[in-house]
Amino acid sequence: MESMTILQQVIIIAVCILATMLTRFLPFFIFSGKKPAPHYIQYLGKALPAAVFGMLVIYCLKDVSIFTGMHALPELISIAFVIALHLWKRQMLLSIAGGTVCYMLLIQFVF
Amino acid sequence: MVYFYAAAMDIPIKECLLLLYIGTERGTDDMSSSKHKAWRALKAAFPYTIPIFAGFWFLGLTYGIYMHVSGFSFLYPMFMSLLIFGGSLEFVVVNLLLGAFDPLQAFTIALMVQARHLFYGISMLDRFKGTGWKKPYLIFGMCDESFSIIYTAKIPEDVDKGWFMFWVTALNHFYWFSGSTLGGLLGSLLKFNTTGLEFVMTAMFTVIFLEQWMKEKKHYTALLGLGCSLLCLILFGASDFMIPTMVSLLGVLTVLRRPIEKAGGFV
Repeated sequence: MESMTILQQVIIIAVCILATMLTRFLPFFIFSGKKPAPHYIQYLGKALPAAVFGMLVIYCLKDVSIFTGMHALPELISIAFVIALHLWKRQMLLSIAGGTVCYMLLIQFVF
Repeated sequence: MVYFYAAAMDIPIKECLLLLYIGTERGTDDMSSSKHKAWRALKAAFPYTIPIFAGFWFLGLTYGIYMHVSGFSFLYPMFMSLLIFGGSLEFVVVNLLLGAFDPLQAFTIALMVQARHLFYGISMLDRFKGTGWKKPYLIFGMCDESFSIIYTAKIPEDVDKGWFMFWVTALNHFYWFSGSTLGGLLGSLLKFNTTGLEFVMTAMFTVIFLEQWMKEKKHYTALLGLGCSLLCLILFGASDFMIPTMVSLLGVLTVLRRPIEKAGGFV
């Protein structure tokens, strides 16, 4: 395939930067005035984060297959471990490090 | 693998000690209140970013190496990590750069991959108020990880919130930038058995989800988030489920606004 020129590559990257910044700045441009954002937007601002955190967990697991390979067992065990550890000690760093080490040990040595 | 993990956790501790040392040395003579505020916020923010350091260095190195083996100089991951600062899109851009020149397609794909930032912005409208010159940077650097930490962290009363949010964003930005650039520079020289280290991000979002769950009184929106994402993942598959998830979430939250608002219990 014909490869792009440097200028074309720069344009593609610039376009991606532009699109990214649009998604980050748009809400602030629309609701930046002196008057507060509409109630509906304020409601979304409060209701969305918990939903988004759920979405991000699923997003991290999107490529895990339940039906083939290891049947998501390393992931499920490690997540259960993270939850148990966090409920027990409630130390964010400890839960994250513990869960990661658990996962690495599982996929490197067990599965 | 243990070696890399130890290295990943070791470096920030050393850096932190060094910073602490410099801080105490300086602290005595010129402690203008603004400097003091910034310093205090950095100390409060840094521990929250340690898992991100591990995750971003792992992913950043991987990304840089991927760029390197795809035939790009380290300048590409360097500038893209600095100016886009969005991991998933940056991986996609590699394919866009290797394909035919199509800016419109690139724009559409970038918008779709990054659309979730709209949600973050809506949730941060209030929190970013009154942060002055830091505000544009906070918005510019609002990735998944910065948003999650800023939204859930318990910022101590005596710590300036603007500075705290600034440091979380700047540290994360720096981790991603340095990891990606190093990956691009060192290319295939790196050989660690880091299989599975990427789970650090899953573990982090699980903990953040759990923290939010324990803080809120009602769990409707958390469950809706999990449910919609799972359903869309099953229906649309791993590469196309984010947009349907976001659309369906907006729809469900809009339809159920009355009962959800009535139940209350937001954090």
